[in-house]
Amino acid sequence: MSPFASLVASVDPRPDTRLPERARLSQIDASLRWPVVLFVVSGAGWLMLGTVLGLVAAVKLVWPDFPGIFFNNLEVLTYGRIVPAGLNALVYGWGNNAVFAVGLWIMARLCGTKVKDLGMLYVAGGVWNTGVLWGVGSILVGVGTPVEWLEMPAGVAPVLAASYALIAVWAILCFRYRQEGPVYVSQWYLLGAFLWFPWVYLMGELMVAWAPARGTVQALAGWWYAQNAFGLWFTPAALAAIYYCLPKVLGRPIRHYYLSALGFVALAMFTPWTGARHLIYGPVPVWIQTVSIAASMALMLPVVVTALNFHTTAWAGARDVWRSPTLRFIVFGALSYTVASTVGAVTALRSVSVTTEFTQFMTGYGAHGFYAFFTMAMFGAIYFMMPRVLEREWPSAILIHAHFWATGLGIGMVLVALYLGGWSQGVAMNDASVPFLALVKAMLPMNVLAIVGGLLVLLGQAAFMLNLLALAGVAAAMELLSLLAKASGVALGEEGA
Amino acid sequence: MKNLPLMFCGLFFALATSWCGLILSANIQYGALQPVAIEQGDTVYPQPIAGVAQQGRQVYIDLGCIYCHTQQVRPAGVGGDLARGWAKRGTVPRDYILQSPVLLGSSRMGPDLADIGDRMDTHTNYLHLYDAQLVAPGSTQPPYRFLFTTQKIGDTPTPHALKFPEGSTEAPPAGYEVVPTDRAIALVAYLHSLKIDYELPEATFAPGVGNATTSGNATAHP
Repeated sequence: MSPFASLVASVDPRPDTRLPERARLSQIDASLRWPVVLFVVSGAGWLMLGTVLGLVAAVKLVWPDFPGIFFNNLEVLTYGRIVPAGLNALVYGWGNNAVFAVGLWIMARLCGTKVKDLGMLYVAGGVWNTGVLWGVGSILVGVGTPVEWLEMPAGVAPVLAASYALIAVWAILCFRYRQEGPVYVSQWYLLGAFLWFPWVYLMGELMVAWAPARGTVQALAGWWYAQNAFGLWFTPAALAAIYYCLPKVLGRPIRHYYLSALGFVALAMFTPWTGARHLIYGPVPVWIQTVSIAASMALMLPVVVTALNFHTTAWAGARDVWRSPTLRFIVFGALSYTVASTVGAVTALRSVSVTTEFTQFMTGYGAHGFYAFFTMAMFGAIYFMMPRVLEREWPSAILIHAHFWATGLGIGMVLVALYLGGWSQGVAMNDASVPFLALVKAMLPMNVLAIVGGLLVLLGQAAFMLNLLALAGVAAAMELLSLLAKASGVALGEEGA
Repeated sequence: MKNLPLMFCGLFFALATSWCGLILSANIQYGALQPVAIEQGDTVYPQPIAGVAQQGRQVYIDLGCIYCHTQQVRPAGVGGDLARGWAKRGTVPRDYILQSPVLLGSSRMGPDLADIGDRMDTHTNYLHLYDAQLVAPGSTQPPYRFLFTTQKIGDTPTPHALKFPEGSTEAPPAGYEVVPTDRAIALVAYLHSLKIDYELPEATFAPGVGNATTSGNATAHP
């Protein structure tokens, strides 16, 4: 065999077609076992770090001197550093790792292809996490860039891009070598996500860091990136997870499935145009703002489609949804997507944006999308995926309950606090007769409520982490034992011979 | 939809059109804006900032001031920006052409700073940075004490040494003074350089909120 042919054969992910369906599926699961553990565990670590940093920031809004009296005003813990550091830990640490694990696994299963373990995923995963560590550390010591969602120094970008390519290529390969048959909507969403993210990321870095555009064109490029990183990467990945887990656990197909293609095409068409919705009344041309407002409105079309698909399916199996830990999280995420997207469309309107822009309301909108929609959907998928990948049940059902209730209630409190507090902040800000300090002080009670909610969220994540470490730890120990047994068996065998 | 190359092209096309439509066309429309004078022969605006102020801009960036302060003023009739005295007119694209990276910001936990140089006092500003509670009780701005050092008072008192309010618990012990570091001095110089005290052909001062000649140039540079 020529070297090229053998290379092609070594990445060909098609499993042995002579095996029965169930055996093939478990072969696919096993092929992703340890990469998935690597991504999920490191992702969960980043999630907790990001949440802790966000909480410290929230405490500082109530008690500006917060860590200062203990640490004599450490510069690394100043508000303007921990906010972007926390955001980047959440986005690139938790978000990307979660999509790598869940996205690759769902893609491989739906395509009927396994990921050949060449060790590449471990190296790439390690490099990705090292890159994120470097980026977050750089932000904390003050050498980041001041562009929201792209704060990591420009030097980190090639590291992240290269390791991303080595991870995402498996999703593309799986799709390329997929089994014959219809393509499921989750596969479209995942293929889109894995292809869009690198284009969006590289264009963002190019226009903002490497060859900056002039003046406020830079701001347009920055928001184009941030909107697309969420809307064309995290959103489709989470939608794919919901489209996959909901019918799989319920054992019944998605209702009105024929609409789902329309939802995908509409999402792909409208999301990329929404970037300037963050610059309404800002120093960019009015027509661009109008285009983004119109696109934000049009984005309600895919939201209505997914709402029809998800909620009618979940409603028909409501009792099973309540019983399944996976589906509780998945349906929480699906409902949040509908509500958060509606909030997104309404706040894009000029008459509403004039009150909500620049306030805590938009922080709440961000938390709604990231924590209540994306993260909850990922939790659901992870609860479904890990036992199949590791062939081992979750150690504690109580911890899963604790996770669901603590995060669910916590996010609810955070959203109430930020939406209500942000709205009254915006109303007061637009009324010049209210002194600025007075409106700052008026936000205090809601900021305290947000801290309480954030603590609950963190508590829930700790329960998740504990369960996860126990599950992965036992599985790893068993694997190690069996490897040792095999090795000693081989040694014995050699002695015997 | 089943063909990978076709899907690849479709996904790329959806993204590429938006990039051309939003960013490339914006760049073509106003990416080459130049400073202008409102009348021929006048000084052209915006003016670049230089020296210490430019270093201060870096301090502003690395402390993450953008997470609480915008530098974009909404036009007359929108929100309360002009009524709050944050500037005499809304900001327009030309105001930002000499800035890179642009620091528009997206949060107003604190007030807008696009025109802060026109409305602040240097010493108050140092105190405000040292600990906002000294001058604005109830403010949520974190203290930046690490931008200052405490030192023994020499033969002559250092300029800009902080004058704490009577009985402040933060005042240094007798014989000592709190002085701004180079970074604090640069940061305050930058804040002083932030001024929308000029008119542009496309953005003149809103009627009824001050006029160009009196309040615009009256504030002395630090």
